[in-house]
Amino acid sequence: MISRRDFLQASVAASAIYGATGWNRAAAQQSLTQDKLLEFDTTGNVTLIHITDIHGQLKPIYFREPEINLGMGAVNGLPPHVTGADFLKLFNMTPGTPEAYALTYQDFTSLAKSYGRMGGLDRAATVINAIRADRPDALLLDGGDTWQGSYTTHHTQGQDMVNVMNALKPDAMTSHWEFTLGIDRVNEIVETLDFPFLGANIFDSEWDEPAYEPYKMFERGGVKIAVIGQAFPYMPIANPGWMFPDLSFGVREDRMAQVVAEVKTKGAELVVLLSHNGFDVDRKLAARVDGIDVILTGHTHDALPEPVMVNKTMLIASGSNGKFVTRLDLDVRDGQVMGFAHKLIPIFSDVITPDVSVTKLIDEQRAPYTGQLSEVLGITTNELYRRGNFNGTWDDLICNALIDEREADIALSPGFRWGPSLIAGQDITREDLFNATAMSYPNAYRSEMTGEFLHVILEDVADNLFNPDPYYQQGGDMVRVGGMGYSIDVTKPQGSRITDMTVLKTGELVDPNKTYTVAGWASVNEDTEGPAIWDVTEAWIKKQGTVTIDPNTSVKVTGT
Amino acid sequence: MKLTRRNALALGGAAIAVTLVPVNATFAATDLTMADIAAFTGGAEVGEGGIELTTPEIAENGNTVPIAFSAPGAKRVLILADGNPSPGVATFSFSELAMAEGSTRIRLATTQDVIAVAEMADGTFTKVSKSVKVTIGGCGG
Repeated sequence: MISRRDFLQASVAASAIYGATGWNRAAAQQSLTQDKLLEFDTTGNVTLIHITDIHGQLKPIYFREPEINLGMGAVNGLPPHVTGADFLKLFNMTPGTPEAYALTYQDFTSLAKSYGRMGGLDRAATVINAIRADRPDALLLDGGDTWQGSYTTHHTQGQDMVNVMNALKPDAMTSHWEFTLGIDRVNEIVETLDFPFLGANIFDSEWDEPAYEPYKMFERGGVKIAVIGQAFPYMPIANPGWMFPDLSFGVREDRMAQVVAEVKTKGAELVVLLSHNGFDVDRKLAARVDGIDVILTGHTHDALPEPVMVNKTMLIASGSNGKFVTRLDLDVRDGQVMGFAHKLIPIFSDVITPDVSVTKLIDEQRAPYTGQLSEVLGITTNELYRRGNFNGTWDDLICNALIDEREADIALSPGFRWGPSLIAGQDITREDLFNATAMSYPNAYRSEMTGEFLHVILEDVADNLFNPDPYYQQGGDMVRVGGMGYSIDVTKPQGSRITDMTVLKTGELVDPNKTYTVAGWASVNEDTEGPAIWDVTEAWIKKQGTVTIDPNTSVKVTGT
Repeated sequence: MKLTRRNALALGGAAIAVTLVPVNATFAATDLTMADIAAFTGGAEVGEGGIELTTPEIAENGNTVPIAFSAPGAKRVLILADGNPSPGVATFSFSELAMAEGSTRIRLATTQDVIAVAEMADGTFTKVSKSVKVTIGGCGG
C-alpha cells in the first residue's frame, strides 16, 4: 500500500490547482447532523453533482464495501485498490466512525446497527436540492446502472427508476445495465426523457455510425461545459449481446480524442466525461487522451473521499446503490480549472431528512408490490454481502441453493458488483433476494461440463478481471464457485492462473476428462433454460428457515 | 482499391462457436504467419512505424471483428490473423493516387495478434500488430 503522503503527492498536491476535500479528522470528530453532512465551502463558478450505479435502489440499504479489491500491474495498491484498515490509514480515518462504516467493511454489522442504512433517493433528493439552493445551476449527472437491480425495477421494466430520477431532474446520463432491458425498451424510455442519454462509444454496428448523442453542451456560471457520455465499453461481451443486436461499444480511445477535439472547437472551457468505463479503464484513458478536465467514474462501484489526479485530469468515484452523492465545485477561468472543492457526501438515511414529495413518489412505485416485497423468506445468521473480488456470502448462499435445488456437483454465480448487503440476524425478504438477483436473464441452467472446460471458464473470467492492461478487463468480480475450491495466482498469464481445482465434497482434484453437473445462472447465451434464480433461491431459503453460511476458505489467492 | 480475398472463412462466415482453447497472453508469430510475411516481402527486412491498425481490445463477436488500417503512401497492405489456422486474411493494393487505408471484418478463432504489413512506395516494408482478446463473456458486473 502507498502512504498517504505518496498518494497526495501523486494526486491533488502535485497538481497546479488548489483544492479542498470534505473528509478529514476534524469532520470525523463532529457529530452526525444533516448540516454537517451538507457543509461545503462553495467554490468557483461551476458545480457538478454526481450519482452513479444506483441499481434500482429507491430505498435506504446496507452496502458493505469490498474486503478484497486487487489492482493489477501499475495500479497495485493504488486507490481504489485499498480496503479496510489500509483505506482508513490512507485517508486518515478512525475505525468505528461513520466514515469507516460508510467506506470500509470492518465491523460492518455492529456499525450498521449504530449508523443505520444508507441511501434512499428521497434523501439524495434532499442533498441535491440543498446543493441547488446554494448553486442553482449545478449540473446533476447520472453515471448509469440506474434502471436495473430491484424487484420493482424488474417488474416495471425500469419505469420506477425513470419516474423517480425524473423528479430529481438530471442533466444527462450514461448507461450499462439499461441495455439489458432490451433495445426496444431502452429507446422507448429514452424518447420520454427530458435529458440526453449520452454514449460517445455506442455505434450502430451495421453502419458504423454513432447510435446515441455523444455529448451535450451546457453554459453554467458563465462557463461553456461539455459533458461527454461513455457507456460501459464491453456491453455485448459481458452482458447478452442478443438483447441489443445492432449496437457496438468498445473503449474507442480515438473516438474519445476526436469528440474532445470537437467540443473544444465548439468552445468548451470545461470538458467532463460522464463515464461507465470502470475506474482503471478511466485512469488509463485519462493518461492517453488529453483535454478531459474531470472524469466522473462509474461501474466499479468505488467510493473515494478524494479525487485522483492523472496528469491534468481529475477522477471522481462516487460509490454505488445511492450510498453517496458527490459535490464537485470548480473554479474555471480562461478555459482552465484553477481550483476545486470536493465532497463525497455519505447519505446516512437516519440523519438526512427525506424529501417528502420524492418519498411519496417512491411509495407510489412500490405500492402495487408491497405484499410481494415484504414477505419474509427466512433469517440470516451471517452478514450477506456480494462485493469483493472473490466469494461473498450472498453468492455462497446462492451457490448452496443451486447445488441443493438443482442437484448439481458444482455451482457458478456471476461476479456482479451490485447487490446490497444484509446484516447478521436480519430477516431475508423477497425484496432482499431480488436486490441480489433481479435482472433480465435469470434462468438457472443445469448442464454437464468436463473438468477441462470448467478450467477454461475460470481462466477466461480471471483474465477479464486480472489482465494487467485495464482495457482488457471486461469482467465483473471473479465468478463465484460452490462445491469446488481452487488456487489462483493473479499475476500469471491466462491459462496458468488457476490450479488445484478440487471437488469439495470428496476432496479429489477435478479430473479434466471427467464430466460434472454444473448449475449456474445469468448465462449470456440466448435461450438458456431453467427456472429463475430467485425462485430457486427462495425455495431453498424457505426450507432452511434460518440460513447460516460457513466461512468460505476454498479459494486460495496468491500474487497479491 | 482491389481487395483480394485470400481466405473466405476469414471474412464473416457462419456463426461458429468460439474455440475454447487456453491461451497465453503473449504470442510469438507462428511459422505460418512468418511464411506469409516472407512471401509478401520477398524476405526483405520489416521495420516499424508509418502504419496504424485499429482493432477492438476485446472482440464483441469473434466471428466478425472490425479492423481498420492506415498506411499513408503504401502500395500494398497484408493483413494477418496470427492465431487462426490459416493466418492470411487479405491483401489490399493501392494505386499511387489512392489513400492507403481500408477496413474489413475478420474472424478470430481465439485471442491473438492481428498483424498488418505494408509495402511502401520506396519498396521498404513496415509492420504493426495489435492483440485482440476473444472471450467467453458474461459476468459483467
